[in-house]
Amino acid sequence: MSRDFIRQLPGTSEGYSGRTPVFNWFNVDPLLFCILAVIVSFGLLILYSAADASTSVIQAQCVRLAAGFGLMLLVAQVPPYVLLRLAPVLYLIGLLLLALTYPFGTEVNGSRRWLRIPGLINFQPSEAMKVFLPMVMAWYLSDRHLPPGTKPLTVGMALMLVPFGLILMQPDLGTALLIAASGLLVLLLAGLSWRFLMGLGAILVAAAPVMWFLIREYQRQRILTLFDPERDPLGAGWNIIQSKIAIGSGGLGGKGLLNGTQSHLDFLPETQTDFIVAVLAEELGFIGVASLLMLYGLFIFRGLLISVQAQDTFGRLLAGSITFTFAVYVFVNIGMVSGILPVVGVPLPLVSFGGSSLLTLFAGFGMLMSIHSHRRINI
Amino acid sequence: MAEPLALKDHHLESQIYIERVAAGALVVGLLFLALLARIGYLQIYEYRDAVSQSEENRIQVVARPPVRGLILDAKGLLLADNRPSRDLRLIPEQINDVPDTLQKLQAVLEMSLEEVERFRSLAERQYRRFEALPVLFDLSDAQVAQFEANRYQFPGLFVSGKLVRNYPQGELVAHAVGSVRRINDQDAKLINATDYAGTDHIGKLGVERFYEGTLLGQVGYDQIEVNARGRQMQTLESVKPVNGRDLQLYLDVGLQAAADRALGDRRGAIVAIEPKSGGILALLSRPAYDPNLFVQGISHKAYNALRTSVDAPLFNRAIQGQYQPGSTLKPFIGLVALGEGFANIKDKIEDPGWYQLPGNERLYRDWNWTKTDAGGHGQVNLQKAIYRSCNVYFYDLAVRLGIDRLSEGLSRFGFGAVTALDLPEASVGLLPSRDWKQQVKRLPWYPGDTVNLGIGHGDVLVTPLQMATAVATLANRGKFVRPRMVQSSALEQAPSPTQALGEPLSQALFEPIIEAMEMVVHRGNQGFGENGTAWAYIGRDIEYRMAGKSGTAQVVEIEQGEVYDASLISERQRKHAWFVAFAPVVAPEIAIAVLIENGGGGSEQAAPIARELLDYYLLESKPLATAMTAAGLMP
Repeated sequence: MSRDFIRQLPGTSEGYSGRTPVFNWFNVDPLLFCILAVIVSFGLLILYSAADASTSVIQAQCVRLAAGFGLMLLVAQVPPYVLLRLAPVLYLIGLLLLALTYPFGTEVNGSRRWLRIPGLINFQPSEAMKVFLPMVMAWYLSDRHLPPGTKPLTVGMALMLVPFGLILMQPDLGTALLIAASGLLVLLLAGLSWRFLMGLGAILVAAAPVMWFLIREYQRQRILTLFDPERDPLGAGWNIIQSKIAIGSGGLGGKGLLNGTQSHLDFLPETQTDFIVAVLAEELGFIGVASLLMLYGLFIFRGLLISVQAQDTFGRLLAGSITFTFAVYVFVNIGMVSGILPVVGVPLPLVSFGGSSLLTLFAGFGMLMSIHSHRRINI
Repeated sequence: MAEPLALKDHHLESQIYIERVAAGALVVGLLFLALLARIGYLQIYEYRDAVSQSEENRIQVVARPPVRGLILDAKGLLLADNRPSRDLRLIPEQINDVPDTLQKLQAVLEMSLEEVERFRSLAERQYRRFEALPVLFDLSDAQVAQFEANRYQFPGLFVSGKLVRNYPQGELVAHAVGSVRRINDQDAKLINATDYAGTDHIGKLGVERFYEGTLLGQVGYDQIEVNARGRQMQTLESVKPVNGRDLQLYLDVGLQAAADRALGDRRGAIVAIEPKSGGILALLSRPAYDPNLFVQGISHKAYNALRTSVDAPLFNRAIQGQYQPGSTLKPFIGLVALGEGFANIKDKIEDPGWYQLPGNERLYRDWNWTKTDAGGHGQVNLQKAIYRSCNVYFYDLAVRLGIDRLSEGLSRFGFGAVTALDLPEASVGLLPSRDWKQQVKRLPWYPGDTVNLGIGHGDVLVTPLQMATAVATLANRGKFVRPRMVQSSALEQAPSPTQALGEPLSQALFEPIIEAMEMVVHRGNQGFGENGTAWAYIGRDIEYRMAGKSGTAQVVEIEQGEVYDASLISERQRKHAWFVAFAPVVAPEIAIAVLIENGGGGSEQAAPIARELLDYYLLESKPLATAMTAAGLMP
């Protein structure tokens, strides 16, 4: 087992570099932490405007962010080898929870995505799977010969397809695709051959016409709307039309915080959640959006650096997958709001109002930090 | 997990991993650049479009319609004003379930089939976002109460108040004032939509139509910021409307009512003009209709009933009805002859009761001709030919004058032309001429045509308005004044005449003719065949001097040798009765033309009506006005 190689320093790694002891004490990467703090603060500012200066929304978001940071710090204390051991267990628990949504899930809009324990919690097992799947795949591939041969590839695909299928049938196409993407990312990082990837792409393209008849009517509408929002300007096209107007009318410098007419007169939908970047674009303009994208870029860059510096396969694959998945979320959300991708319910990470997705993200960041801070000294 | 550890090539794995991460980072970088490019495209390239779209989204321009100008009579009585009215309006986007809403609404308010249909088509219409469209008009208090009590059932429906046109005098002034109608699709193509924003009506007839621009006023607006659900957040900019100007007419409602009373149930028209100004003092056409019916939209059934009625209540006889003038034309022909030197006051002819063109068999009879050939007026000069209404004299005179001189001379009195300044529907009538007959009938002018024209028969047609105008010209001793409804002091710009008339005749020529017309009314107790034609009916006890002339217009041609017997032909084929007059003879204050359709004899039927009106205007109405002025009730 690869854990034989991991002889990390106990708890604190003081002395192996010139970093601030406080960060080291908590196994926190100061750079990642700082970028995260700036993004989160920027996000709170946008959310404050998107919520019409409502302090209660900000308070609620702060509570969630605090919980997120807490979870991140907690996870950062867990050494990677423990994560490695936990991976299959967590995966199985995740699958079980997903399976439980069928008999016990709460039905919302014809889809059973939520598990509810009355009085206690209300959560989406598919959210947890967003971390558990990369973990289990990194675990499985960590002691395989890489690049993966046919067998590990098959097993890896199977690990991915089981939760993908379960989520697809809830049904929740968006999350299922994102989960599949995070799984594929692990395989790619492990050295999946480009030919295999291209073959997969070719199959998907060939299957597209069949898919067209398999997906639901509303999903078809969303895809059609992407190409021609004006076909139903007051219905399916409304959100995207209004969103484009909001973004465009922001111009270079924006209308000023709290001055967005599209956002504050309710023309823009879902301002606090999925469409929050349109609020940013309207009020702080191109400069605002570019700044946020730059912060995300820095964060991703730091995450990838951490993954490259990771000293074992598990750490590398997990850190890489977490970071790239994060990038995918950012791209899908902004792409959807600016009208180059169909409307799927993906929030803007760290900025959109919401709980469970935030926790998943922070858990992932905790793992990034754990992987980074539990390295051997001599790097 | 049986794979041996020794087989793992960590260096290779790390190598592959770094390659993959580099490739991934490149892809992520490109994707982020794509996002930036997209956002930049929207925010910089499409910036202007997006800004105008976002402004269009949030700013709703709500029109503030001006209040339509009032129409007042000469004494300040309201002829057209505006009354509050409540409509039921709907906002299509806010109605969730059209059939359900309609069903509930029908349970609360009674709706006709037309109204149900209108509701359906409006509820499905998408014009401007959150525009309130009117469905039911002029709700009663009870209807408003019933709707408001059930309001919670009807999201997207509401009652709104506005001012609508009201005609307090109703039928009485319908043809004089005209009316407004609801703007229909055809009107909408012709008008500037901005000017009529918030206004549902447009002047469609008469004064309301001619002075539309003056009465309408200028629309104002509010720029209101709205949210996506149409809720009004704040007013950004506001421009007040400029209300329409009030119009004061020459019309005297008292005189109009007197005319209405005098005419009673008979079909006909009366036009009275102030000779000095050309101002129309009365303009009556009977039967009429209630113009208020048209304001909110009349039902198809009621409209068809009006439209197809044999009495033609929608037809404005006073300005559009074209009738033969009959003997009322004689004074004018006499004047033309005097002016051209073809007649002399002293010249007499012998009237045997008939006239024959040289070399022609046909007999043109006088009105008092009998089968025993005992008729005729004996020795007749021009004045007698007028006060006895002698046909033979005028047959002869017309033939001697010839059609060209006759036609040209009559046109100076406004015959055959629209001379009214502000009555857009007025008809032109028909003053025949050689050219006209050649062009329209493709026939040469026959001498017989001239004979008929001599007594106002044949092709010639005049409207009561033209007749009254011509009489006013007589009263003015030749000075032609264009008839008009509105006192121009109220106007920014007085309407300009469309057509010039010929040189007026010399003033001196008028006195003998006017004297003859005076005799029509006042010459009495002279024995059989010597009194004025109207004296017996109206002239015995008159307090002022009045000049008049009767006339009868043929409806059906009388065959040669037949005698006209009113009792033998149906009512609708009876002759039309005319009487024209002005008074006082010196310094005339009023000129009048009375026409009774199928009324019979002019002196017998129409003259008493004319007298009643002159009595009212000269004896009753004036002292009242003087009294009101004295009491400070009128300026």
